[in-house]
Amino acid sequence: MTWIALKMLTGDRGKYFAIIFGVTFASLLITEQSGIFCGVMLRTTSQIRDIEGVDIWVMNSNVRYIDDLKAISDDDVFRVRGVPGIAWAVSLYRGSGQAQLSSGNYQGLILIGIDDATLVGAPTKMIVGKIGDLQNADAIVVDEAGYRQMWPGEPLKTGKVIEMNDCRAVIVGIYKSSQTFMTMPVVYTRFSQAVFFVPAVRRLMPFVLAKCKPGSSVEEVAKRIHEQTGLQALSKQGFMNLTMMYYLKHTGIPINIGTTVLLGFLVGCAIAGQTFYLFTVENLKQFGTLKAMGMSDSRLVRMILTQALLVGGIGYGLGVGLATIYGIVAQRSMPLLAFFLPWQVVAGTGVAVLFISLIASVLSIHRVLVLEPAMVFQGGA
Amino acid sequence: MTTDVAVTQGVTCRNLIKDFGTGDARVRALRGVDVEILPGELTLLVGPSGCGKTTLISILAATLEPTGGEVVVLGNDLVHLSKREKGIFRAQNVGFVFQQFNLLPSLTAAENVAVPLVINGYSKGEALAQATEVLISVGLEDKVHAFPLQLSGGQQQRVAIARALVHKPRLLVCDEPTSAIDARTGHAIMTLIREVALQPDRVTVVVTHDQRVFDFADRIVTLEDGRVAGDQSLEPKVESHARVDAPARPLGR
Repeated sequence: MTWIALKMLTGDRGKYFAIIFGVTFASLLITEQSGIFCGVMLRTTSQIRDIEGVDIWVMNSNVRYIDDLKAISDDDVFRVRGVPGIAWAVSLYRGSGQAQLSSGNYQGLILIGIDDATLVGAPTKMIVGKIGDLQNADAIVVDEAGYRQMWPGEPLKTGKVIEMNDCRAVIVGIYKSSQTFMTMPVVYTRFSQAVFFVPAVRRLMPFVLAKCKPGSSVEEVAKRIHEQTGLQALSKQGFMNLTMMYYLKHTGIPINIGTTVLLGFLVGCAIAGQTFYLFTVENLKQFGTLKAMGMSDSRLVRMILTQALLVGGIGYGLGVGLATIYGIVAQRSMPLLAFFLPWQVVAGTGVAVLFISLIASVLSIHRVLVLEPAMVFQGGA
Repeated sequence: MTTDVAVTQGVTCRNLIKDFGTGDARVRALRGVDVEILPGELTLLVGPSGCGKTTLISILAATLEPTGGEVVVLGNDLVHLSKREKGIFRAQNVGFVFQQFNLLPSLTAAENVAVPLVINGYSKGEALAQATEVLISVGLEDKVHAFPLQLSGGQQQRVAIARALVHKPRLLVCDEPTSAIDARTGHAIMTLIREVALQPDRVTVVVTHDQRVFDFADRIVTLEDGRVAGDQSLEPKVESHARVDAPARPLGR
């Protein structure tokens, strides 16, 4: 019976492609907007992700996201080191700075100060220079996008000098970073150097980065840190989740992008539903003929569901495929575009398209079920 | 219910009533039809437009519920069959030939003919093989893989007849089978239907306005205003091939 359903569906190429177009459009819009949403959300955590080799972030218990900087005591790093299960712990400075360029222009930037001795948390993907050069006096490394922002069109090279808080800073390396949520250069330096690059404050350190001993449970150790120090201690993923949740709750991003996703879903439902319904209505005589010839309602329902699921499956595949191509191409030509396609988006779009297909078929099924087989006879009474 | 074997295997209607609509909008299409149709002969249902011909064959084919009266077809009391049982009854016992052919345009001739077999549970391969045989028997051996739009009206109606016969139904209902085709093709189609109708256990009912078709009839039942106004047994003026030269493989058998 499936072959009859499929032949009926594909027999009218125009309608067949119109239905697939509707579903593809919905699938593309949902996937693409969800991908942009995920990309934007992912960017909010880029500075957490870029600091590698760390199990636990320790911070003031009121911190709600990565940019919510609340300094803790310098002694806290020692208290964290004393917690059972901790292999090592280092300080991390993170704050805002302002650079004066040789041209006289000013540029806001994000300043990160890492442990002087170990350089734990330093970028790992160096494009120009060596990270070890951070041990030099006044040394900083800057991300590629930030370099291009400060010196547009100039080749990537070390030796450029900027001023921060009236202190000289020399670029000794350029690294590749994840795109940040805020489009500001991200500059790394040693913790002891960072204190000179920002105005003096009594407390400077917002974070302690810690590594667990092998075999220790990160969640367990984090819980222990909180119990012993009163500080908030989160795994890397936990801190990323906290940051993303903040942006989800306190910014208009979910509503703005969610509205577009919802519109895509509704438009998809409308186009696919209407086209599929019209397809059924225009084929009502064929369904009536099959019904008159004794085809059961359950088989007719299966035929319609088969047709709906086929166009749904094709539309879904095309939509997700086009969204993926869009993401790849657009990110190459527009690096600022945020796009990330986790499997959850792909699966979620699948569920949405399945729902669209079922909605589209429900009206058609109802129409066929109430159809009187006697309608196939011409002429009436 | 009657005990007469021939009538039991044919069609019996007693005081058959059919209303459409309700209240003031109610229209009575059949006003107490009494008729018996025997197997092995070609019965025409004739009458002016709106007299109830189509309503009557719709009820006989178990596609429409009567409002009142009795209707027994091939030994089955249709009034008491459930909707599902009626579907099974149609699938197994009824062959349909429609005025507009009602072929599925996206299926080939063979696939169209195979549909009743598929409905009855045959595999696609089996159904297509049998469908091809029946198409050959109606003279369409070179059109097996043609789509309906590639066929003339007469060829489409032959495909429709093949589809109506492929599952060997005992009741064949034809609704204006010649009205959408030219006179010469109509003659050929009626010849074919008459051959089929003469099978001894098959009941064949043809609704028609076309007076040229009357020559093929064994019996003409005239309806007027929802009642039987005339019932005439005839000696057909047109001999079928079946009587002159029966085919090696009886159609639809």
